[in-house]
Amino acid sequence: MLQTIRRFVIDNYLFGEEGQLGDEDSFMETGIIDSTGILELVRFLETTYGIKVTDEELIPDNLDSVSKIVSFILAKQSDSQQTPHDCSSRLPEETRP
Amino acid sequence: MKPDGVVSSDLLRLDVEAETARITGWIRNTVFHTLRRKGAVIGVSGGIDSSVVAFLCARALGTDRIQLLFMPEADSSPQSLQLGRMVADALNAKSALEDISPILAGAGCYQRRDDSIRLVVPEYGLGHKCKIVLPGLLDAGRYAIFSVVVQSPDGKMSKVRLTPDAYLGIVAATNFKQRTRKMMEYYYADLLQYAVAGTPNLLEYDQGFFVKNGDGAADFKPIAHLYKSQVYQLAAYLGVPEDILRRPPTTDTYTLEQSQEEFYFALPYEQMDLCLYGKDHGISALDLAQAYGMTEDLVERAYHMIESKRKVTKYLHAQSMTID
Repeated sequence: MLQTIRRFVIDNYLFGEEGQLGDEDSFMETGIIDSTGILELVRFLETTYGIKVTDEELIPDNLDSVSKIVSFILAKQSDSQQTPHDCSSRLPEETRP
Repeated sequence: MKPDGVVSSDLLRLDVEAETARITGWIRNTVFHTLRRKGAVIGVSGGIDSSVVAFLCARALGTDRIQLLFMPEADSSPQSLQLGRMVADALNAKSALEDISPILAGAGCYQRRDDSIRLVVPEYGLGHKCKIVLPGLLDAGRYAIFSVVVQSPDGKMSKVRLTPDAYLGIVAATNFKQRTRKMMEYYYADLLQYAVAGTPNLLEYDQGFFVKNGDGAADFKPIAHLYKSQVYQLAAYLGVPEDILRRPPTTDTYTLEQSQEEFYFALPYEQMDLCLYGKDHGISALDLAQAYGMTEDLVERAYHMIESKRKVTKYLHAQSMTID
């Protein structure tokens, strides 16, 4: 999962130039992703991991670095497995970290 | 800031008489001598900024050397044209009405916008109205992600977060409006050998609240150094009609009424002005907040947003790149 997300960020926001992107680097502080980029990121996460990101979850604590995204997705997947209305089967392209 | 470190409660107060003299002198010199044009074309929207620019150009160049343009389209509020005519009447200036709706329809502006909205609101169609909005700056630290607000023909309102395709499609389509208006302004500029006046204030100019090669294009921008609240001070001094002074700032771009605050700035312009001033003059968030009854957290978020918008919109200010 970490490598998939990292690849997406590099391909979409760093034009394929890997450079020095660290997994903990803040997207906001480094200026890598703007608000349109967040929309693209959310679409990628929703379609790749079969989750639904709510408006309340659109905060830097969840999406501001590769590591934070991984933690967020894992938590979402864990939550969805514990609820009767499990949506994780919609698009199970990748479910393991 | 005052010497004792206390922030003045009057940071943006303008000497309107001196500033008017400075700006009108600059307009005269710029238009006649630097640009060597015979007058100025001003697109008048009925808003405060274009009204002030029209009044300043009239003072600087003479009323007979300005051409005002009203350029409504299908989604414009009828009030915009009424207010624009008030400016022309007050100045006794020549004006022209150019309805740009047929040009926009020909370019597919409305069709493309509606197709993009239907990506997230499939039932959107005839009789529906829309606008796009941002969350407020106090909205729990969320990213500034756009949503579309739709009103159905029976008056029911709904709000849906935009996907990237829908957002970019709506913005790209509606940008036809500003670019078409600028095309029309340059038609008159060519016809009359006039220069085109731009009407952004400092807040809009600094924060990139304009369409590149649309309302961002002009031969001169006489109020781009003034905070929005200073533009209001000038307006009152210059005698801009009261109805225009009282009208809340609007984008007048979407079929639903949309404030500049919900579309771009996320704060009322009075607070945005102060935050922009505070950030650029090294005033701490705490000092500014205490002086103007805001919270430190709000000011800090505004400071961050200002920096962020500057980065994102840097490209809008860039000239065409060439090889040295």
